[in-house]
Parts: sequence; C-alpha cells; structure tokens
Amino acid sequence: MGKTFIARELRLEISILGVFIGIFLLFLIGSPRTFTRFDIYYSFMSTIPFSGIMALAITLVIISGEMDLSFPSIMGFSGWVFAKLSNVLIESGTNPNLTILITTLCCFATGIIAGALNGMLVVKIRIPSLVATIGTMFFWRGLVNVCGQGFGETLVPVKDTFLFKVFIGRLGEAIPAQALWFLVLTAAFWLILKRHKFGSHVLIVGDNVESARMMGIRVNRVKMTVFMQMGFCASLAGILASLEVTYLWPSLGEGYLLRTLAAVFVGGTSVFGGVGTMFGTFIGAIIIGSLEGGIVAIGLTGFWTQLIYGLIIVVSLSIYSYFRRRE
Amino acid sequence: MAEKDYSRKLVSMVEIQKSFGKVEVLKSVNFEVGHNEIVGLVGDNGAGKSTLIKILTGVHQPNGGEIYFKGEKITIHSVERSRELGIETVYQEQALSEQQTMWRNIFMGREITDKLGFLKIKQQRRETEKILREQMGFTSKAINTESIVKYLSGGEKQGIAIGRSLYFDADLIILDEPTMGLSLAETKKALDFIRNVKDIGKSAIFISHNIYYVYPVADRFVILDRGNVAGRFLKSKITQDELFEKMVHLAKTGKMR
Ligand SMILES: Nc1ncnc2c1ncn2[C@@H]1O[C@H](COP(=O)(O)OP(=O)(O)OP(=O)(O)O)[C@@H](O)[C@H]1O
Ligand SMILES: [Mg+2]
Repeated sequence: MGKTFIARELRLEISILGVFIGIFLLFLIGSPRTFTRFDIYYSFMSTIPFSGIMALAITLVIISGEMDLSFPSIMGFSGWVFAKLSNVLIESGTNPNLTILITTLCCFATGIIAGALNGMLVVKIRIPSLVATIGTMFFWRGLVNVCGQGFGETLVPVKDTFLFKVFIGRLGEAIPAQALWFLVLTAAFWLILKRHKFGSHVLIVGDNVESARMMGIRVNRVKMTVFMQMGFCASLAGILASLEVTYLWPSLGEGYLLRTLAAVFVGGTSVFGGVGTMFGTFIGAIIIGSLEGGIVAIGLTGFWTQLIYGLIIVVSLSIYSYFRRRE
Repeated sequence: MAEKDYSRKLVSMVEIQKSFGKVEVLKSVNFEVGHNEIVGLVGDNGAGKSTLIKILTGVHQPNGGEIYFKGEKITIHSVERSRELGIETVYQEQALSEQQTMWRNIFMGREITDKLGFLKIKQQRRETEKILREQMGFTSKAINTESIVKYLSGGEKQGIAIGRSLYFDADLIILDEPTMGLSLAETKKALDFIRNVKDIGKSAIFISHNIYYVYPVADRFVILDRGNVAGRFLKSKITQDELFEKMVHLAKTGKMR
C-alpha cells in the first residue's frame, strides 16, 4: 500500500531520520570525545535555531509554490532597525525593558511589512517570486548599507532585560532559549500545515493554483500571508542572532540563504510545491547546522565543509528521489 | 421600461459579455435555467461554454451583463458567493489537488473546522468515507480516504469531482464534460446521476460534446457558437437526429440553417 498519504510521508520521514542518524554515527565514530560531551550540543542549540526558524518559514513558502530569496536581507534590515532603535531609545533615557519591548515590536513590523511587499510584488504586480525577491534581496541589504554606513550597533544596553532572557536566556544554565523557540515553532508550523485550514490551503495552492481558485480558495490572500510569515520569522531570527552576540553586525543575514534552503531540501520538501514536511525541515536544519562543527571536530579542516555539504545534499536528495520513483 | 421579472427562472444570465485580453469570448449571451430543469449546453470547442458557467460560479468576472438567481440580482461574483446560493460544479478540469489525499480534496475550500480554524479531520474522513461508499460506489479496498488522488484512475478522479458536488446540497448542479474519460458503465452512472437531479426536483446544466448523452437527459438545449447563442430548443420540438444535423451544419458553415 504505497499509495496512501500516511505511508508515503512516513517513508520520507524515516529516510530523513536515516540520513540524520547516519551522519551522527559518522561524527561519533570520527570524534567520540567531542560527541559524547555536552559542549558541542550546547553550541548546536545556540546557533542552529537562527537559520532553523527561517527554514520552517521558507518551507511554507516553497510548499505554496513560491520562493523567497530576500529573507536573509529582511533579517539584516529588521535586525538593524531593532538595534539602531534600541540605541536611540536608550540614549533618550528610555527604560531598557520598555526599549526592547518597543524595538521588538518594530522589528517584527518591519519584517512583516517587508514580507507583505514581496507578497504584493508577486500577487498584485505578478512578478514571479524568484525574480521579485532577487530585487528585494538587494533592496533591503542595500538599505542596511545606506542607513548603517557599514557601522554595527551594540546591544549591550538591553542585556539585562526580561525580553533578552526570553529570547536567548539559558534555561538551567544549559539550554539556550532559542532552541526552545525553535522547538515550539516547529510544533506550531507542523500544526498549521497538517491540522489547520490555512495549511490545507497552502498545500492546495502549491499543488494546483487553478484548482484552488475554482474551489473558492483565496489564492492571493494565502500567498500574501505566506510571504508575511516569512518576513516575520526572518525578523525574529534577526533579533535572536544579534542578541546572541549582543552586537548587530551590518552583515547580519549574509550566508544564511543557501544553508537555509539546503536544510529544507535535505529535509525532503519538494521544490515543486504542494508537498512538504516540517519534521523534515527540523531535521534538515540540524543536519546542515551541525555539519560545520562536526567536520572540524572529526579532525578535517574547514576546507572540507563545502565539499561535504555538497555530498550530503546530493546523496540525501537521491535517496528521496529513489523512494518517490518506486511508488 | 418595466423591470423584467426574473423570479420565474432559477438562473437568468442577461447579456453576459466576457473578454480575455483583446479576445471577446462571450458576446452578449442570454442564458436561463428553469426550476427543476436540465439544460444541455452544447457547442464546438472554444465556443465559450466553460467560460459561461465559470462566470456563473464566480471563477471569472463578467465584463458586462447581469446575473439573477431565484429572481435576485447577484452583485458579488465569487466562488464562495455562488456556493452560498446553492450552486455546485463539476469542472471540466476537475479542480482536484492531485498530490493531496482524498479527504482534503472533498473538502477543499470549505474545510470543516473548529472556531480557531483547526480541521476536524476525523469528521472529514468519516464524511469522505460515506461519499466514497454511498455516492461514488467505490468498493475497491485499495481506495480509501487517505489515498493520494494522483494515483487514482481517470474515472475514479471524476468520481471524486462528482461525489463532492453531490455531497453539498445544491439547487443547481453544473457538470462540464462529466463523462470525459469514463467507461461506458461509468458514463451510465454519471447520466443516472443527472436524471436523479431531475427526480429530486433540482436543476442542472449539462455540458457535453456528445449529443447522444445530452439528448436523453436534458429538457432543453442551448447551442453556443463562438460566443453567441446560436439556437435554443425544447426537447419536445426537436429530435435527436435533427439536433445532431443542426450542430454538424453549424460547425461546417457557421450558420444555423
Ligand atoms: N483563462 C483564459 N484566458 C484566456 N483565454 C481563455 C481563458 N479561458 C478560456 N479562454 C479562451 O476562451 C475561448 C472559450 O473557451 P471555453 O473554455 O469557454 O470553451 P468551451 O466551449 O468550454 O470549449 P471546450 O468544448 O473545448 O471545452 C477559447 O478560445 C479559449 O482559448
Ligand atoms: Mg469547456
């Protein structure tokens, strides 16, 4: 019975898990000392969520049949808004707790508006999303450059605030809060995709837009929402990543694009839309996020990283493709 | 001029115009469906039949003209609105989501949810199961509510499209080429279904190229030709052969007589 949805999805998720376990076994064998101790997992938990959260959001975009290349720049710009505004408010004598609350909301708003702009370009002006978001990718990155003039912003003044702890505090001195956020968001995205009407509409729109229209699904609204949640998650990632180092680098977001997309595809989501798995993206993000550290830990130099990224992506995609064809 | 009384008819489409870009697909079409009437809508490829019914179902917006349903003028043209009014459609393109499960397909666009919008999956599965066994008459154990539509046969897919339109209690059922790709036995089922619509007192629009399917079940025929209504005939006024002759003649010469 390979024709039911449950069977197909289960097999895909099991193969993703297989890839994941295979890689970790390699790490364990290659460097038992590093991988039997907590430190490396601590470092994974503090860094993987930044791109992991965006990977969840872009999974939804890809399932809906669209693409967004601008999210790293949205992350950068909304992060810059967050940091710059924080400093402005602090200098004008605002209480740090209030400051970070205001700037967080402004940062989210920036991300959502940037996402809505992508949505408008795609839905109203009808530019294919791949092309439209190349444009906005340069635009938001350029705006950071113009506004920030290449300078970073310190985030030390908001360090002793409540929200700081909520975002990136350490639970029991051991678990980074962002890892918990990543877990919670994975569950939330899973629920939305599989159990909510909105997720159903995203799947159907990505599957066949014309059918969706004929059956009364508001395609444009679905797409707008999909781009807006992408912007929101990018802004959240911007806050987390800059607070983690209590500094806003003007280059924030650079380097995230391909890794995040790789996480989604290694996770087994189809490029063609209409199907996808949040569980897969979660595992994919962990695989991609742990490779660099793992490679160095087993004694290879950093020069190997890209080669191994490439291998993992090609091998895992081949496995999924093989299973799909066998159906 | 006195307002015409549109309440005698279930649907009245008045002087409907539609263009796609510069191409005028419908040129002032008048089309009606009576209460408890089966209308056969026929015409050559590209005549505008599907476009006409998609305007009625809210998929396309008309560029001109008016639509009345049960005597009331329709001002909002959307799929949701037409469903509210009680119009169900089996589209020529089937309007399925091929990579999704059967139950998602049955309820697409009108999922059963709780107040927060979360799906009542169990209930949707149960209803799908019912439609599957009772209305579509699927007995094969290989097909269930979790089946992915892509792997079903053409007839089975059409069965979903028809079964779905039946489930939601409608006053007007539109079937655009419902027998396409069906075996003889399946075709008979589809035709019986249309007869049943008549028996339970509802109305239908039946679009097909095959006069031999349309003639027996329809009460009235409307021939559409390049965006114009070329002829209207009551079944009592025309035989099957005459209707066939007329269509062949029209296709050859572009004229009715
Ligand atoms: N969305 C669209 N955009 C542009 N042109 C369209 C669109 N839909 C239909 N047309 C054109 O309108 C004309 C009428 O098409 P329509 O589908 O209504 O014909 P039809 O009578 O249903 O034909 P068939 O019997 O082949 O299904 C055709 O020339 C078609 O190419
Ligand atoms: Mg047609």
